[in-house]
Amino acid sequence: MTTDKTTRFGKIEGKGVHIAYGKRRIVENLDLAIPERRFTALIGPNGSGKSTILRTFAALMKPSGGNLLLDGRDLTKLSTREVARKVGVLLQGPVAPEGLTVADLVRQGRYPHQQLFGRWSAHDQEACEEALMLTGTTDLSDRALDSLSGGQRQRAWIAMTLAQQGEALLLDEPTTYLDLEHQIELMKLIKMLVAKHGKTAVAVLHDINQAARFAEHIVILKDGRITAAGEPETVISAETIFTVFNVKTMVIRDPVAGTPLCVPL
Amino acid sequence: MTGRRTGRLAMTNGARMATLLVLFCLLVVAAMSATAIGTVTMPFSRIAAAIFQFDGSRDHLLIMTIRLPRVIAAVLAGGALAVAGAIMQAVTNNPLASPDLVGINAGAAFAVVTVMTLFGEGVGDIYVWFSFVGAAIAALVVYALGSLGSVGHSPLGLVLAGVIVGTFLTSLTTAMLIFDQSTLDAVRLWTAGSVTGRTMAQARTVVPFIVVGLVAALLLGRHLTTLSLGADASRSLGQNPVVWRGASVAIVILLAGGAVALAGPIGFVGLVVPHIVRMCIGVDYRWVIPFAALGGALLVVIADMVGRLVFGSQSFPVGVTIALVGAPFFLHLARTRLKGET
Repeated sequence: MTTDKTTRFGKIEGKGVHIAYGKRRIVENLDLAIPERRFTALIGPNGSGKSTILRTFAALMKPSGGNLLLDGRDLTKLSTREVARKVGVLLQGPVAPEGLTVADLVRQGRYPHQQLFGRWSAHDQEACEEALMLTGTTDLSDRALDSLSGGQRQRAWIAMTLAQQGEALLLDEPTTYLDLEHQIELMKLIKMLVAKHGKTAVAVLHDINQAARFAEHIVILKDGRITAAGEPETVISAETIFTVFNVKTMVIRDPVAGTPLCVPL
Repeated sequence: MTGRRTGRLAMTNGARMATLLVLFCLLVVAAMSATAIGTVTMPFSRIAAAIFQFDGSRDHLLIMTIRLPRVIAAVLAGGALAVAGAIMQAVTNNPLASPDLVGINAGAAFAVVTVMTLFGEGVGDIYVWFSFVGAAIAALVVYALGSLGSVGHSPLGLVLAGVIVGTFLTSLTTAMLIFDQSTLDAVRLWTAGSVTGRTMAQARTVVPFIVVGLVAALLLGRHLTTLSLGADASRSLGQNPVVWRGASVAIVILLAGGAVALAGPIGFVGLVVPHIVRMCIGVDYRWVIPFAALGGALLVVIADMVGRLVFGSQSFPVGVTIALVGAPFFLHLARTRLKGET
């Protein structure tokens, strides 16, 4: 959907990244390159640092050391506006004021493109309409966010990040609290945005099988370190799952998609 | 999903503009009526004459020194408090927030009582300045405290600091009033929130603050909507939440500080008016701010007028009238909202 820029796809790359909360080190010496125009899933047990890494890659936290590059430029030196024009973020449990409509929310996605006291442009309007259309929320645009179902609400928030027209999309557990139908719907939406609109998507996911089914690249984390990274077929193995999650499983082929499927023993 | 708000259509901008104009006309009519009504009823023509061709007659003096300052004070205080309340509710993403939350009222009351205790009641119009400065200092201390520690720069930090500073200052104020009966008598009316006996000089003192605050608030509108999504979302959209929250608090100090200095701590305006506005026109703060300004002014002007008529006393404090209407309304609001949630 976005521009025809040929070299910038929202490539995010961390080299020797350290992340700490105060004195507590969460992530040490992390080398992680997010492949551009692919769907990457970050998985790992609670406390493995996956959400922290996502927040850091979204420039919401500063790394305590190492290099973090966004399309080859130092992420920590970019202004929040510059980052926001390239990276859209959906965090866990976002809260909107009561009564805020979907259209109001999506309009906020244009914030990084507007001048301080600038006016709303035709291009801003187009970007919002496209974002609503892509997420299937056009018919909901006049509805208050708090009157929507969980799945509709998540799609509205994703529409806001799409209105930013950045190349990268970072999502922290986007399917948590959704029922199965809406989980699948959301995963398909992300996959479509990557396949058809050239987005670079990174999602923290809890469900290994969903990650294996929908993502093209999987990063498995434990204690702030990468245990394995690569295509689902190469990464998901009974041995890795046991090391990371301490659960014995058998990995079989998903009879529908042919992707790896973990079945606990 | 068949929630109450489900089917609501957003008002078009044209409809909002038209409503805003209607509100403005209503405010003008209400202000004129409030000036006309009193122990002696004045025709509108005499009010116009007093303003534009002042001849020093008894009626003209009455209008220019007693009635008009009172109405102007009501307009300024009402508009300023409602806008300040709307800003606080957006910044803290808390529908129960009001300007008092950053210690404005407690700071103003403390300063006024201190000055009156030290120098007696004869301080005249100067107390307006002390009230404003007291409000500003208290709010700045709250903001500074709220920016410290692990909750730093979060709405929660601001709320906690506000409660602590507010309670502390209120205790000191109460202590002073216990020991100083004459000051208690003098500030009693002020602490209830009143526009009785305001002078043009007092109104002129706070006008610049409130006007600057209102203009800044109108420019702030769009940024407030983004800020109300919370610090993380605001930053991910390229906004610096610390800078904009700071700007918001500065504007609240100008508005609420000015309003309190002029009319005392009139409660409920900053709480209820933004609520009604959002229920009617939605949460886009580019529109909430102008609607709150007119709505707040209209509410205080009408409440003061009705209070004078119903209670038959020219000095009945408008803060009490508004509380009498505001409290039941707010209770109703809270109850219906809770039912709708489940």
